[in-house]
Amino acid sequence: MKLNKFKSSEITPENFYRNRRQFLKEMGIITGTAFASQNIITSALSYTPETERKITPYKFATTYNNYYEFGTGKSDPHKNSKDFITKPWDIKIDGEVENEITLSVEEIKNMIPSEERIYRFRCVEGWSMVVPWLGFPLSKLLNKVKPTSKAKYVKFTSVYDPDQMKGQRFPVLNWPYKEGLRIDEAMHPLTIMVTGLYGKELPNQNGAPLRLIVPWKYGFKSAKAIVNIKFVEKMPVSSWMNASPKEYGFYSNVNPNVSHPRWSQATERVIGENIYSPRIKTVMFNGYGDEVASLYDGMDLRKNF
Amino acid sequence: MIRIFKPTIFVLCLVPFIIIAYQILFNQLGAEPVKQVTHHTGEWTLRFILLSLAMTPLKNITKILAWIKYRRMLGLFAFFYGTLHLLTYIGFDYQFNLDPIIDDVLNKKFIFIGFAAWLLMLPLAITSNQKMMLILKQNWKKIHRLSYLIGIFAVLHFIWLSKTIFFEPLIYLIILITLLTLRLDFIKFLFKKKSVT
Repeated sequence: MKLNKFKSSEITPENFYRNRRQFLKEMGIITGTAFASQNIITSALSYTPETERKITPYKFATTYNNYYEFGTGKSDPHKNSKDFITKPWDIKIDGEVENEITLSVEEIKNMIPSEERIYRFRCVEGWSMVVPWLGFPLSKLLNKVKPTSKAKYVKFTSVYDPDQMKGQRFPVLNWPYKEGLRIDEAMHPLTIMVTGLYGKELPNQNGAPLRLIVPWKYGFKSAKAIVNIKFVEKMPVSSWMNASPKEYGFYSNVNPNVSHPRWSQATERVIGENIYSPRIKTVMFNGYGDEVASLYDGMDLRKNF
Repeated sequence: MIRIFKPTIFVLCLVPFIIIAYQILFNQLGAEPVKQVTHHTGEWTLRFILLSLAMTPLKNITKILAWIKYRRMLGLFAFFYGTLHLLTYIGFDYQFNLDPIIDDVLNKKFIFIGFAAWLLMLPLAITSNQKMMLILKQNWKKIHRLSYLIGIFAVLHFIWLSKTIFFEPLIYLIILITLLTLRLDFIKFLFKKKSVT
């Protein structure tokens, strides 16, 4: 992996960067220690941030979401998640581990500092964004437990709360939302747990209080509002695999050569561009091939889609 | 009555077009402009197809003949919005780049059936005037029965392009099934019987 190639200030559009500084300063004044406890580190980055593509406007990243727990429309999550309560929130790490633990989000945030990660985000529906997430490598959280020799996969379960999430009152998917990764994918330094975006706390519609981001996979792999992380022996069946096994595979790596039954994956539309802008070419592993291609050496990615 | 109603309905039918034209001109299309235009025009195509299919059952149920006078206009608006929908896909989405379009039509069943629905609307639009009615006589009715197939294709198009059938595709499917069921002879008979007793 390429390390420390750019400083955050070099690659971020200046007005955005200034706004963020400004915002952090103001938040510091208003909320005192709120951000100190989040331990945001914006300097030393341990990955190569996005430099080719423009950062998506905050407005679109937070109002154009797929989050079926709050409704199937793109603007539903923003509209329907306003009163969603994310405090207190516990996350249990269990399954094939020697020492299962339950941690509150506050504890996790205090234990593991968040840093900024500017990643491409590619939805299986054929659109993409570039989002400056705040988060930490998932490996830092998973290292708190000791997996047994049986553990091969990690299964993520999102919250089930139909009282607060009206989408869950209907059998749109088999609730609660489930996702999974192979252990080496979960431990990969690019795989992060997200606590915020654009220098702010994570909005409910983006998966607060804690969500996954796996930037080389289609967006639906990155489960939101996680309550349980389970080490398992067998490949987990995700909610989308369960809904339509022909359309959604376990791996779901961004791959322009493997077409989805409904969407050609060769190209993508960039969120926030105007109506006259053409699609852009989709890149293998969403552009993270140098870092992750070796995880799939010798695998037929057409079969393991 | 019809003299006032018909122009009013005509203007109302243009409202979805005015809305989207405004949004395009004033950059109000949101995060994914092409998708917004595609969805908007597609949704209104489907609505007009179902509206035009609703006129005959409404005539039978209410025993008011006037419904039939709107059928052609609604059908032509379905064709109008369907054509805008197709042009959005070809022009805005793929910038008239034919290779991926042909690939889509052949490989994606929802695009295939959507395109088929538009093709089937063509002969109906061409033969929609009074003159063609007179020329085609009995055959006119036969040709225009294609509208049932267009309705089925259009709803299938929507179901197949959606990630899940909940909820909009399901609602359109229920409306379509209702409208087609009302045309079945024994159902029509029930209505006739009711009105006699």
